Amino acid sequence: MTPRLSMSAWVGAAMLAVFVFLGLFGPLLAPYPVGVAAVDQAPQFLAPSWSHWLGTDENGVDALSQLLHGARSALVLSAIVVTTCAILGVTIGVMAGYFRGVVDELVMRVVDILMAFPGILLNIAIVATVARPGLGLVVAALIANGWVGYARVARGQVLSLRERDYVQAARATGASDARIMSRHVVPNLMAPIMVQMTFAFGGVILVEASLSFLGLSPQTDHTWGAMLDQGRNLMFKPGYGHYIVAPGLAIAWVVLAANLLGDGLRDRLDPRQRGKG
Amino acid sequence: MPIGAFLLRRLGLGLVSILGVSVLVFLFLHLIPGDPVDHLAGGEATAEQRTKLAECMALDRPMPEQFVRFLGSIVDGTLGHQCPDPRGKPTVMARIAEVYPHTVYLALSGMAVAVVLALPLGILAAIRRGTWVDALASVTSLSGIAIPMMLLGPLLLLWFFVELGWLPGPTELGPSAMILPAIAVGTHLMAMLARMTRSSMVEVLGEDFLRTARAKGLPEGTVIFKHALRNALLPVITIAGLQFGSMLSGAIITEKAFARPGIGLLLLDSIAERNYPVVQGCVLVIAVSYVLVNILVDLAYGLADPRIRRA
Repeated sequence: MTPRLSMSAWVGAAMLAVFVFLGLFGPLLAPYPVGVAAVDQAPQFLAPSWSHWLGTDENGVDALSQLLHGARSALVLSAIVVTTCAILGVTIGVMAGYFRGVVDELVMRVVDILMAFPGILLNIAIVATVARPGLGLVVAALIANGWVGYARVARGQVLSLRERDYVQAARATGASDARIMSRHVVPNLMAPIMVQMTFAFGGVILVEASLSFLGLSPQTDHTWGAMLDQGRNLMFKPGYGHYIVAPGLAIAWVVLAANLLGDGLRDRLDPRQRGKG
Repeated sequence: MPIGAFLLRRLGLGLVSILGVSVLVFLFLHLIPGDPVDHLAGGEATAEQRTKLAECMALDRPMPEQFVRFLGSIVDGTLGHQCPDPRGKPTVMARIAEVYPHTVYLALSGMAVAVVLALPLGILAAIRRGTWVDALASVTSLSGIAIPMMLLGPLLLLWFFVELGWLPGPTELGPSAMILPAIAVGTHLMAMLARMTRSSMVEVLGEDFLRTARAKGLPEGTVIFKHALRNALLPVITIAGLQFGSMLSGAIITEKAFARPGIGLLLLDSIAERNYPVVQGCVLVIAVSYVLVNILVDLAYGLADPRIRRA
């Protein structure tokens, strides 16, 4: 019998559900408007109160409303990046593992080269090429090396799947490569890919926030990273700590949720991996 | 595989990676829309100044020649010059060499913090499995994984510098000024290593040779530290080494948060100034360090565990 999802995985799933809910409906729930129209609608730097739970920022914009709009940005960003990376990575990895030979060599060398960059450095290098990077470029930068992990997992899975009897049988009955890959190979490697997507959900938000923090991501959109960067400039004034803590904890919430759920899914998939970090 | 061949193969692969990295870095900064001269010269530059600048940066040359020049600057160790006044300014390598040691110290200190805290935490959690110690350890490591470095760095500053005044603040150097940045860089790795140590330890504790050791009547301390720990630590140490790269990425964020000199801050400043040769040099140096450290770790692991060499 397959083991059930652990308690902590359910907690992670619930936390992630809260995030998705706020991402979908957050802007509607926001008590005040944000953006240009909202500037100077309230006094700046109001302390947290019943009317402004997290106070207002240097433009008199309600911080809680920004946080809720930030949830939308975070959800959209991670959904786009994670899905694109997974599709791209699985396609490339399956091709490499299925056809082997030159394709495989080429793909693996590219993978090696991309892995030779420590994580965020490649993202920085890409974003740095433009004076005022838009969110689109940030997405492109995250995708540029985000697919690598999926490709490696998919390739590894295909190498063992392609020798299985049912794949051989499909080939013997004259099924085309495309059919074998899409019908027999890909569905059987989706489980570890899903686990990886879960982990990546938190990772994407973290990297975007890092880029914002380094001043390399657009500051105009209401992202948690941009809020964090704003908060950093204010934190040494007494009583202003919450400007950095609120978006920081929002990011931590998603990262924690993704990790709890990811761990749980991985354990369920492969009990031998239980508890491995 | 004999150790020589193993080393040669790894070095060969590393060289391919580094060459690939140089191509990528070069392409990023040369194929992207927008004229680097615009950024560097500013709006008021005369046509003559602009031509001079383009000449100095060899931008008037065909792309392949520019690439060969870039490779040449890697070979001669200068990593290129800063325009518009290449003679009056230090080479890119000189600028990097000036700050790079700070980054290495920071990364090593972060690594030290991570290992020193993670091992006892993981070992205790494994020995006291299922107790409150274990629960506390797992809460600690989960928090460490979840908290973003961009929050942790400023929070540490807020508490220990602003509120308590115990430790030096941003821009300062010296041993005591290293403590907070090292914690900021090392916490994430500490959390990962603690979890790995625990699971590795739990696995080893269930092995037959430990039952034998206990059955011989060895004291529990000897069993844990001499027999179990030795075997449990090998994978942990490898991962720690391989994560040196993440220490380098972490250093970029931490150097920004603490305004510490280092290659990360140099990279960010050069990006802000659009000083492309320096950006290029920094990215290359970080990537090469990463590749080299990974080779060293592989090698050390191969020496420590003969089973790897044969694989």
